[in-house]
Amino acid sequence: MSDYFVELKNITKRFPGVTALKNMSLQIKPGEIRGLIGENGAGKSTLIKILTGVYKADEGEIYANSEKMEFKSPSDAKMAGIACVYQELNIVKLLSITDNIFMGSTVNKKRTALLDYAYMDKKSRELMHLLGHDVNPQKACGTFGMGIQQMVEIARALVLNAKLIIMDEPTSSLGEKEIQQLFSTIRKLKKQGVAILFVSHKLEELFELCDTVTVMRDGEHVFTDDIKNITSDRLIKSMVGHQLNDQFPKVKTECTTEALHAEHLKEFGVLNDISFTAYHGEILGFAGLVGAGRTETFRAIFGADRLDGGEIVVNGKKAKIRSPKDAIKYRIAFLTEDRSTQGLIQKSTVRTNLILASMKKFQKGPWLDNSLITKTANDNVKSLSIKTAGLDIPVGGLSGGNKQKVVIGKWINTDADIYVFDEPTRGIDVGAKVEVYNIMNQLVQEGKCVIMISSELPEILGMSDRVIVMRSGRIMAEINSGDEHFNQEDIMRAAWGGTLQ
Amino acid sequence: MTKSKKSYRDIFSKIGSLLALLILCVILTIATPSFFTINNCMNILRQTAINGLISAGMLVALITGGIDLSVGANAVLCGCVMGALVNRHHVTNSFVLIFAALAVGILVGLVNGLLLTKLHLPHPFVSTMGMRLVLTGLALLVVNSETVSGFPNGVTWLGSASIFSGNGFSGFPVAFILVILLFIVFHFLLEESALGRKIFCVGGNPEAARLSGINSDNVLISVYAISGFMCAIAGIVLVGRTGVANPASAMDSYDNDAIAACIIGGASFMGGKGTISGTMIGALLLAVIRNGLTLLQISSDVQYIVIGIVIIGAVCIDVYRGRAEEKARRKATVQA
Repeated sequence: MSDYFVELKNITKRFPGVTALKNMSLQIKPGEIRGLIGENGAGKSTLIKILTGVYKADEGEIYANSEKMEFKSPSDAKMAGIACVYQELNIVKLLSITDNIFMGSTVNKKRTALLDYAYMDKKSRELMHLLGHDVNPQKACGTFGMGIQQMVEIARALVLNAKLIIMDEPTSSLGEKEIQQLFSTIRKLKKQGVAILFVSHKLEELFELCDTVTVMRDGEHVFTDDIKNITSDRLIKSMVGHQLNDQFPKVKTECTTEALHAEHLKEFGVLNDISFTAYHGEILGFAGLVGAGRTETFRAIFGADRLDGGEIVVNGKKAKIRSPKDAIKYRIAFLTEDRSTQGLIQKSTVRTNLILASMKKFQKGPWLDNSLITKTANDNVKSLSIKTAGLDIPVGGLSGGNKQKVVIGKWINTDADIYVFDEPTRGIDVGAKVEVYNIMNQLVQEGKCVIMISSELPEILGMSDRVIVMRSGRIMAEINSGDEHFNQEDIMRAAWGGTLQ
Repeated sequence: MTKSKKSYRDIFSKIGSLLALLILCVILTIATPSFFTINNCMNILRQTAINGLISAGMLVALITGGIDLSVGANAVLCGCVMGALVNRHHVTNSFVLIFAALAVGILVGLVNGLLLTKLHLPHPFVSTMGMRLVLTGLALLVVNSETVSGFPNGVTWLGSASIFSGNGFSGFPVAFILVILLFIVFHFLLEESALGRKIFCVGGNPEAARLSGINSDNVLISVYAISGFMCAIAGIVLVGRTGVANPASAMDSYDNDAIAACIIGGASFMGGKGTISGTMIGALLLAVIRNGLTLLQISSDVQYIVIGIVIIGAVCIDVYRGRAEEKARRKATVQA
């Protein structure tokens, strides 16, 4: 009988093209508050999904209460006492607190098919009281704030007698007061012997709350140590690692005139006084953690979301951009981070997707000029080396890298001047990555302006001429490629809220 | 091996409904001698016309991922407006009457489109269902709930006339010639025009279309206006076929028949898919089933049941087809 409530031994999980977890091991004791941190893509989410039975590990073993487990589905993990409170809450807002807490585990009146609401309401009230909230459990969940909704999720875990509660960035949507309430709840749970796995992007929270911290990098375990032995510098250094990468075919180009200038951009609750300038002939990197407001900044500039204030200047002229259509008129291209839901129409053909943003160019009156479309599409396929069985197959059938090239082709056909690449190489294999970098190089060599949002620091350092670091909707730092701070650690420090000397 | 197998399946999914239509015709030809006669065939075309016209409009709505439940009421309203003009205001000029019907139909379509886009409704199901009731009420109102007749020949010609008749041949229905012409226009609209391409794009992925600079609102408004236009034409043909405008028929199941024709023809409730040729086959298939069952002297109660089963079957095929395509796509991604 070991001391641990849950134990992962040498877990490996592979996806097509990537190994998300390599030989990962983890042990958590009852009543332990364990922090889990790592860069974006370090494998935290995969680890959580293995623990909660969403994914099945390719190799390795899971033990709970010293018993070997095989989670075939999330309900198996629940039965074993492992529950997870996700970043996006799974709450039915129109149902009462009781309904939400007992969802999937309702209690009937003895020997009847009727629900025993008297018992469930009482139990819900007790649980919510235990978590520090005296609320009427019969009221609809949606009438309460995010903090209480989160407690409802935790209560749901407790009703199932969870012994380990995983919290995936639980504080990201909470206010300061609610965070403190959450922490005191977690401490109460700890006293009752419940273990917590606390995933966070905020270092100060780890230091405030956790007993121990595990750091992950590239799907591997870096170290686990007592919080007393850890400094924030050590955390950042170990998250970043020291691997050097020469997969970045950076070329030297000349940075010329101002292309895009943003002045005091504001979007309530999302963006806070964002000002920056991007030039022709440079690649401007945007670094930061997921949710730092990088994508939101450019969605707003592109007219996809409404700004609450601020000014956009394109090529020295004030631009009025109310919709993506306007942005395209100003020759801005936005390659969205999620290609399948925002960049492409999966059911439509490669040909159609390539002309999606520039249909006017291919029109003769109301009709489409098919010979011109075919010629352009063939040119795109050749110059971007898109691997496809033909122009008339649905784009959904292509691989990730080729889909991305179709998206690039779509924007090149609009004759854009400013290209915003949001996570341009996410989910595509190494070979295709280099091809995408080469396309970016070509664009800046032609004197265009390229802005690259990326969560992969090696990519940011390898390709950018200049980097802007964001955190919580603000710009934290701006670093030139020649600068002494142009390294992973300093960028990470800025992204985690530290200051650069 | 896998390649030829895949292409077989591909062909089958494309011509499956055509095959079903042919097999059905062969069976009916064997079952009853009165089916495969030239006059009965002309009859079927005559019966297909109205549903065919409405289905074309329904198809564009379905391709955008929407639906238009007000089609039948709209068509009947257009007929009743003409009836009111003839009987109350003594308008006898056919051009004026036809123009009035088209104006009403398109106007209703525009209202549907504006309700959907400007109110930011998630789906046009409820708004067009509401419009269906509003239009039914209006149809009853404009003609005082009476069935009206006395239309000039210029109006009824479209729905009643046939060409090449004589020697026992009932003639080729003009209404179906109109259907063919409009379907050719629709084919070019959907396959060759910029608007058509945008309709598919908005249906396939509205967010990607918007982020690519396509004004989805305008596309959707056009789509419902097109549907309204087709309803108006169908309303004129309906008046010609029956010689009267009957406001009570506004609640008939025109919308069901049109949706069924589109789905049988390969359109999907999920949007982004559908062809006008498939819709034609779907409309013909429904007409052949009705006609055949009538010739076999099968009572209308059984007819309802059969048509209902055919519609459910078509939806099942739609779902199955979607899953198969999804699977094939996943496989292709993994292999690449």
